[in-house]
Formats: sequence, structure tokens, C-alpha cells
Amino acid sequence: MNTAPLLNAEGIKAHFPVKAGPLSPLKGVVRAVDGVDLSLYRGETLGLVGESGCGKSTLGRALLGLIPITGGRVQLEGTSVLDQPPAKLKAMRREMQLIFQDPFAALDPRQTVGNAVRVALDINNIGKRSERQQIVEDIFAEVGLRPEHTHRFPHEFSGGQRQRVVIARALVLRPRFVVCDEPVSALDVSVQAQILNLLKRLQQDHQLTYLFVSHNLGVIEYMADRVAVMYYGKIVEIAERTELFRQPRHPYTRALMAAVPAPDPTARADELPMLGEPPDPMFLPDGCRFRNRCPMAIERCALEEPALIAVSSTHQSACWRNNTLI
Amino acid sequence: MSNLSATLTPVPSGTTSPVRKRSGFVWLMRELAVKRSAQIGGSILILLVFCALFGNWIMPYDPFLVDALNRLKPPSLQHPFGTDELGRDILSRIIYGSRYFVTISITAAAIAITGGVTLGLLAGAGPYWLDSLLMRIVDIMLAYPYILLVLAVVAILGPSLTTAMVAVGIAAIPGYARLVRGEVLSVRQTEYVEAMRALGASQTRITFRTILPNVMSSIIIYASYATPLAVLSAAALSFLGLGAQPPIPEWGAMLVNARTFMRTAWWTVTMPGLAIFISILAMNLLGNALRDVLDPRSSR
Repeated sequence: MNTAPLLNAEGIKAHFPVKAGPLSPLKGVVRAVDGVDLSLYRGETLGLVGESGCGKSTLGRALLGLIPITGGRVQLEGTSVLDQPPAKLKAMRREMQLIFQDPFAALDPRQTVGNAVRVALDINNIGKRSERQQIVEDIFAEVGLRPEHTHRFPHEFSGGQRQRVVIARALVLRPRFVVCDEPVSALDVSVQAQILNLLKRLQQDHQLTYLFVSHNLGVIEYMADRVAVMYYGKIVEIAERTELFRQPRHPYTRALMAAVPAPDPTARADELPMLGEPPDPMFLPDGCRFRNRCPMAIERCALEEPALIAVSSTHQSACWRNNTLI
Repeated sequence: MSNLSATLTPVPSGTTSPVRKRSGFVWLMRELAVKRSAQIGGSILILLVFCALFGNWIMPYDPFLVDALNRLKPPSLQHPFGTDELGRDILSRIIYGSRYFVTISITAAAIAITGGVTLGLLAGAGPYWLDSLLMRIVDIMLAYPYILLVLAVVAILGPSLTTAMVAVGIAAIPGYARLVRGEVLSVRQTEYVEAMRALGASQTRITFRTILPNVMSSIIIYASYATPLAVLSAAALSFLGLGAQPPIPEWGAMLVNARTFMRTAWWTVTMPGLAIFISILAMNLLGNALRDVLDPRSSR
């Protein structure tokens, strides 16, 4: 791992006003991403985990500039990403790609998959026209598809094969940073491992940096070098993978882990459970946003919002009771 | 999960069946060819186009030739559809009139689709204020009955066959605009459009290369319903004296004169009426088949 981060995000905010209609008054603001700092180092995989609706995917897309952010900045190797002129932005987009969750929705049903990948080259004017088909076939081979597959349509493929196409499309531009937005959660379990291993191999071959979004702790544990836990717009805990799974500090992380069903029927959950239902993202509590579901909440949690505090050199947690929990 | 050992094996290429596209002209024709309603509707429309193109060679008589000795003759071997009040052969006039039917269909559909798709794309893919503006205009146009809208255009441009074609075309624009806008809005939300943005595609490219092809089947289906309506309205305009003017044997115009003799010479109204009826029916039959093939939501 290099010391200079490949991608640096500071204070990322993505707020969405909620209105009943264009002229009606503001009902509220959903703070899908509410001040997130992240650094990704070259060649690493940062796992991003949290409940559905907590803003994981929004954060991933905000980093890529696919969703307008309302605050903060993103830097790729020290160059600010989002406030570039269009031509420069397009060049920077090549460095940053997205792998989608649902490979059925992510491919144009009226386009052969070869064309879907080739379009990436056309848009960015990569290679000579005559070479592009060869480039597409090469990347197909790399993701485990055959050259003749390029002439087929998405509906002729299985989910796993489609996801390979989606991966090929993202990687044909030779990006350095890839957001994997739940890349296996729409797939059959039997296919998930194949795709995960493919992603790992491609990462090694091309020195890729992944932001790996998932709600599946097993997948995160398999893929990630470091793990960030997100709760309704904020990172509440971030640590090296082994450390996080061995010794989670934040009560939310602990609750998430306790919620994973254990294969041992005699095992008992000795962790503290989460209380109540997920909150309405429009009305999160003051202070610590987890306090209304937290079994350990104290008075201070309602008054002040805890910031990420280092509990070790590779572990940060945003909880007032970091030191009393163990 | 940490001992996943599934090795990466090349995906089997599956059956080696030839590539079966689910889009494109050839595929569409092949799908339609097995549908009964498409067979019937298509055959009639092909016959119509044939008459429009080669009518001059297959007409038994000159459609404008006045024959005072054979006025209002009932159908016979000489005149299969009879003759009108000036002794003109009705079959020849109907064959000659097919070219107007075809021209009106194509012109009206072209105007309506060009205008409607342009407005729909602008509203659906353009900025929010433009969407609001265009859709309010469309709302206003839709607030009037279709035929009233047509009459308004004719009132502005003056009665003639060309005007009638343009008028029914213009009056059909708001329907297309509304449809295309809605479809664009839904396609715009899809992940494959987001993928294009992530690849750096421009808004123009996304609109024409990704959104438009995915909206196309809806446009074709709608056209198969809207076009017959437009042609029927053009015939109605001619009947009202606001479209094709006598002696042009446009089918609607033929009904105007014949109306007077309806009680004594039924064939003078029945034959052009049947021609309109069968042609519109053929369009609708083809439209039904098109919808079955192109609309994935319709049941098979």
C-alpha cells in the first residue's frame, strides 16, 4: 500500500430536497451522504457496508460525479475531480468507473454486448476504428467470455455472464478506480464466487483500486482490505478488515455482525441487538444519528454528534463510548 | 466465505445456435409473418400501395372521363363497382384515390412523428423548464377535440388536400409528444443510461443512441393507431369540403357527391365507404400485430 492516496474525498455531502411537487413547499431534506471523508490507496479494496438505504450507493456515485454533490470535494491523485471543464472531466471519468448491481438493468436491451463495450472506446476515442473490435474481444477474453459472445444480445446471457459484460465495459477504459456497487448481490450464490474471484484477479492484474459496496458482510470480508461501515449518511467505523471483524467497536457494527445468521444452531448471539426499526432518513435524531436504536446510548449521545476517533492506528470509530464498550 | 475456491473457468458458450436478434427490421418482419392479423392487414396495405403506385396501368377506365350515357349504372361486368352521377367508373376512381390515401397516411404520419418525437425528446431529455413549457402547450392542444384541432389548422391554412394532410399531421403531434416524453423519462432513469454517463457519453449521444432506440417500439405501436385516425380525419375533412376538392377522387370527397344519390344508387356511397373502412381496418390489424410483437408487456 502506497502512502499517497489515489482518491481522496473530503466532506462529501449529497442532500436531496423532498417536495410533493415543483411549486409546493419543502417537506424535508434527505441527507443521503452527510459529510464523508474517505481515502483510497492504490491497489486496495475498501469495503463499504451498511443497511439498504443508508447511502452506500449514493456515496459511490457521488465520488464518480454521477450524482451532483452538495458539498465537499473529491481528488484523484491530487487533482480535483468534479469542478473540471467538460473535456477534462471526460478524461478523468476514464480513470473512474462503475460496476452495477443489477446486470439485467445495466445493459441496453437493444444493443449487442460487444457494441455496449465498444461504445466506451468510441466515446473516448481509444484506438483506431479497425482495432476496436480486437480490443473488445481481448477484454471479453479477460473476463472469461468468448469472442463470438460480442455479437449477442443481453437477454441471451445468464446473470453471471451479463455481469462479466458489465465488468468488461467498466474495465475496457483501463480505469484505476472502480466503484463496485453490490456487484454480486443480484446473482445466484453459485455464481457470486466466480465473479468475486474475477474481480480479485483483475485487481491484481491491473493494480485496480476498488470501493466495494455491499450489505453482505461475508462478501465484504472476502474482498476488502479495509472496511467502512456507513449508517444513514455517515461513516461510523472504519478499520482494517481483520481488526474490524475481530474487534468491532461501534455498536452499529456489532449489531450488524450479530444479525448475520450463524451456521451453528447452538451458537447464541451474545451481542447486543439493535433496537427498533430503521429511521425515516428525512428525520434522523440530533446528536448521534444511531442513538435511538443504540442499546448503549447515554445522555451525551443526544447532545453532541461523535466524530471518528482513532482507537488504534488502523481503526477509527465514531462513538462516545468507544472506550467503555470492550 | 473466506475459503472460496471456485476457480475461474471460461463460461461455456452454450448452444451454437445462430444469433437471434430481438430487434431490427428482419426480425420484426419474421415475427409479423406468422401473425394472422398481420398477414391480412399487411396484404391489404400492400395491395393499397400497389394501387397507389401502378394505378394508372390497372384502372379499367379514365377516372375523370365523363360518360353521360352511363350515369348511375349499378355494378355490372363493365363497371364492377358501378358508375357515379357523371358516368365515371367508380372502381377506377377508387383505385386512383388510393394514391391519396397512401400519400395522406405517409405525410400525416411523417409530420406527426417528426414533430411529436422532437417535442417529446426535448421535453423528456431537456431541462425542467422546457418540459413544463412544452407539456402545458401539449395540454392546451389536447384540451380540444381532435377534429376541432384539425379544423382550426385548416381554418388558418385554407382548404385543400395539402392542408388536410398537414392539419391531421399537426393535430396528432401532441399525442406523440406526450407518449415520447413519458417513455424518455422512464428510459432516462435506467442503469444502462447511467452507465453511458459513466463512460463519458454526451447528453446528445445518450438521447439519440440509447434513449431513442428504446423508445422506438412505443412510437411504432402508437403510430399504428394514430395514423388511421389521422387518415380518417382527412377523409372527414374532404367530406366536409375542407380537404380534397372535386373532381379529385379522394375517397372522402367521393362520398360528398354520392351522398345525394344514396337512396337511389347505393353503390355510389358504399364502394368508397368500403374502401375507407377496409383500409383503416387493415391498418388497425397490422397495428394490433405490431403491438403484440413489440410490446413486452402485452400477453402472448
